[in-house]
Amino acid sequence: MRDVLQAADITRALTRISHEILESRGSDASDSASSPLVILGIPTRGVLLARRIAAIVETLEPGAVVVGSLDVTMYRDDLRAQPTRAPAPTVIPQGGIDGRTVVLVDDVLFSGRTIRAALDAIADHGRPQAVRLAVLVDRGHRELPIRADFVGKNLPTSRDERISVRLAEVDDTEGVTITS
Amino acid sequence: MSRNGIRVVGATLPDGRRTDLFVEDGRFVESLTDPASARHIDADGLQALPGLVDLHTHLREPGYEASETVLTGSRAAAIGGFTAVHAMANTSPVGDTAAVVEQVESLGRDHGYVTVRPIGAVTVGLAGERLSEIGGMATSRARVRVFSDDGFCVSDSLLMRRALEYVSTFGGVIAQHSQDPRLTVGAQMNEGALSAELGLAGWPAVAEESIIARDVLLADTVGARLHVCHLSTAGSVEVIRWAKARGIRVTAEVTPHHLLLTEELVRGYDPRFKVNPPLRRSEDVEALRTALADGTIDIVATDHAPHPVESKACAWDEASNGMVGLESALAVVQLAMVDTGLSGWADVARYLSETPARIGMLDGYDASFAAGSVAQFTLVDPTASRKFDVADLRGKGTNTPYAGRTLPGRVLATIHDGYPTVLDGELLDAEVVRKSAAGARA
Amino acid sequence: MRHLLSTRDLDRETAVHILDVAEDMAEVATREVRKLPTLRDRTVVNLFFEDSTRTRTSFEVAAKRLSADLINFSAKGSSVSKGESLKDTAQTLAALGADAVVIRHSSSGAAQTLAESGWIDAAVLNAGDGTHEHPTQALLDAFTIRRRIHGAGSRGRDLDGVRVTIVGDILHSRVARSNVWLLATLGAGVRLVSPATLLPADLTGWPVTAGSDLDAAIAEGTDALMMLRIQGERMHAAYFPTTAEYSRHWGLTDERFARLAPDTMVMHPGPMNRGLEISARAADSAQSTVLEQVANGVSIRMAVLYLLVAGGAEAHA
Repeated sequence: MRDVLQAADITRALTRISHEILESRGSDASDSASSPLVILGIPTRGVLLARRIAAIVETLEPGAVVVGSLDVTMYRDDLRAQPTRAPAPTVIPQGGIDGRTVVLVDDVLFSGRTIRAALDAIADHGRPQAVRLAVLVDRGHRELPIRADFVGKNLPTSRDERISVRLAEVDDTEGVTITS
Repeated sequence: MSRNGIRVVGATLPDGRRTDLFVEDGRFVESLTDPASARHIDADGLQALPGLVDLHTHLREPGYEASETVLTGSRAAAIGGFTAVHAMANTSPVGDTAAVVEQVESLGRDHGYVTVRPIGAVTVGLAGERLSEIGGMATSRARVRVFSDDGFCVSDSLLMRRALEYVSTFGGVIAQHSQDPRLTVGAQMNEGALSAELGLAGWPAVAEESIIARDVLLADTVGARLHVCHLSTAGSVEVIRWAKARGIRVTAEVTPHHLLLTEELVRGYDPRFKVNPPLRRSEDVEALRTALADGTIDIVATDHAPHPVESKACAWDEASNGMVGLESALAVVQLAMVDTGLSGWADVARYLSETPARIGMLDGYDASFAAGSVAQFTLVDPTASRKFDVADLRGKGTNTPYAGRTLPGRVLATIHDGYPTVLDGELLDAEVVRKSAAGARA
Repeated sequence: MRHLLSTRDLDRETAVHILDVAEDMAEVATREVRKLPTLRDRTVVNLFFEDSTRTRTSFEVAAKRLSADLINFSAKGSSVSKGESLKDTAQTLAALGADAVVIRHSSSGAAQTLAESGWIDAAVLNAGDGTHEHPTQALLDAFTIRRRIHGAGSRGRDLDGVRVTIVGDILHSRVARSNVWLLATLGAGVRLVSPATLLPADLTGWPVTAGSDLDAAIAEGTDALMMLRIQGERMHAAYFPTTAEYSRHWGLTDERFARLAPDTMVMHPGPMNRGLEISARAADSAQSTVLEQVANGVSIRMAVLYLLVAGGAEAHA
């Protein structure tokens, strides 16, 4: 087992991502000051990261983003292969997502299937202007044509390695480790 | 010419004495005249009992041959150690005329496995309205002595009084299925906390007890004999006790399943446990065992009730009532009464053979094993133990509540009218038995 | 969870979990696209041996909102020969590849018989078996009570300390039985009110208090008052003399309704006999949860279908 990100690294990564999100906002022509970005975290840890990013952006540019959560359990393509999972709450912020830019946030990007499910879920909630993806860790091995727009750290791994993301809000430590 | 000799060595009699038994020309003898040709049975370690007599069996023929026939029912009886069964009248046509009962008696006689004594219906068609030709049946070749509408209760008080009076004319007895129909409309199981929980309509104990109470008082008033079928509640035992203490001529029977099984088995809604009267509480089972041991209950009778598979492979309230019981009766009685120390084998002989024969007025069972008596007996290995299974049944019905349960004892031989029907734990062929029966009549 | 046959077998944790998943399902109903693709490759069969447009439709909507294929199979039990109906029908369904069978039958225990028979492989959902249980009704009732009391903070909560009074033909009611077990499991205090003829003779082991005085029960106060439907035919089997007398003593009349605390919920599983067990004013008041119960029924049934069917076979105990 090796540590790849410490608490300080995570903070730096999230800060950089927050700046990048704000920067990219300028290049989306339809964005206007009155229509905030909608940051949707994918439960469980994606939601915690989304809230942290939203908090950082709020200090940089108040009112630029609203934050919520998007549960994708009901949209997964692998339900039959595992025990039934309990869904987590989906909270779409006030004003919905129609015509806005949505930024999905998750902790690890791997096969891409979770994000595919998230895109289906978004489609059932409305029609956003654009959807972007921010992840803390991209570990490669995509099975679908999906890529992240904002990446905290690229971590090449082998398929049988396990990545473990721990966040202080729910775990007793903070950090990202790889286990063989 | 063969004298059909049988030599049984080392059997244990009901009173515990070890002895050899000799049979020739159908009767017990002191010694064999032709020992060399006699069939030899080694009965070391085996319990000898007089041939068991069932006062309550459903043979289903005529009319319901898909469930059972006189032949298949007789075979089930023989493997259970029985040499005589009384066949209830709820056939189609109903056994309410001399013609039907003579037909059943004649089939039993020809097949030869057991003595079949038809029971005559009390009322025409079991409808509970008019008396059937009780006299005709009593004086027929079937010589009916027991009359019952079993399946149904003779619930009309006036009709029951008349029936009791009329039957005593012919020296017979009414065997009542005690169930007040008005208190048991749509009933599915014992009424109590469990029926409330399971959402099944209840069959309250009072529906049995109140009929018995009425009937013993009627029997007392008209001076007639009364027999009460399949007692199932502690309260019914109390009524019988009270009646006997007053000198009323009432006898009572209990089924093997009511000596062992409780309503808890209904929880899974498995219709194998659906029976009328229903399985009751453990307090009732205890009371019934005590009553059988102390003689308040006179006999055990099987109420063998075969049904086709589809009548039990369905939802509970669509299923038919009843369990087969001939093949397992002795084993269950051993488990419930002998192995618990409540009865000895002499008691078993009394309530599974001598007394039912006496109530049914069947000759030949009052001096078992005595020289000169017709040889009716069975040899049981009381030390055997097996996981009872549908494969152990010999009748057509497979609706046994004991599948998967370990039962003690095994019948190894049954001798009916001096010839074997079961040897080495297995039935003899129907043709062989038929010939033996014809020979015994000659 | 392999089948849902009764609330008697549900532990507190599972029950609260079902209610929580139903919260998520309820959210779907507020979206524009009121559908989830979750059971897209599954087949659900409505096997109704008893007529019931309301329950059947509720399950139908629930299945369709999860994108399942739904087959409606209605077999009127009375016209089919005894013994053949359940088994033969079940095996026909197995041949159709049903993943879940929602069964309503007039025989108590029919759902359990179907689930344990080995005739089918599917998950079995009891939609009402005789007078035994109707678990999804109790779940939607509990969900309704929980929402009214805790609102948006309902998730994860049980009904600890909530007082529920159930009035009517308890003896013949599967709704009552299912509610008694579930509400008690969730920590509620349950009281039954009914004429003695319509209460089971022996309530040993039931986690309830029981009596026949509705006015006394109302005076003591209750958080939810659940009125059960009375069948006029019971009059002819001598359970009560006339419907008028029944109504006078055990009906939620306008006068009794006026005596209820303003936050007491008035519940009814439907269909209602307006004027018999419940007055029109009570039924249509703001305290009445009757319409919410219907909506919540869809959410609960979606939750149960999801929990029974979505996961893999090897995942079931």
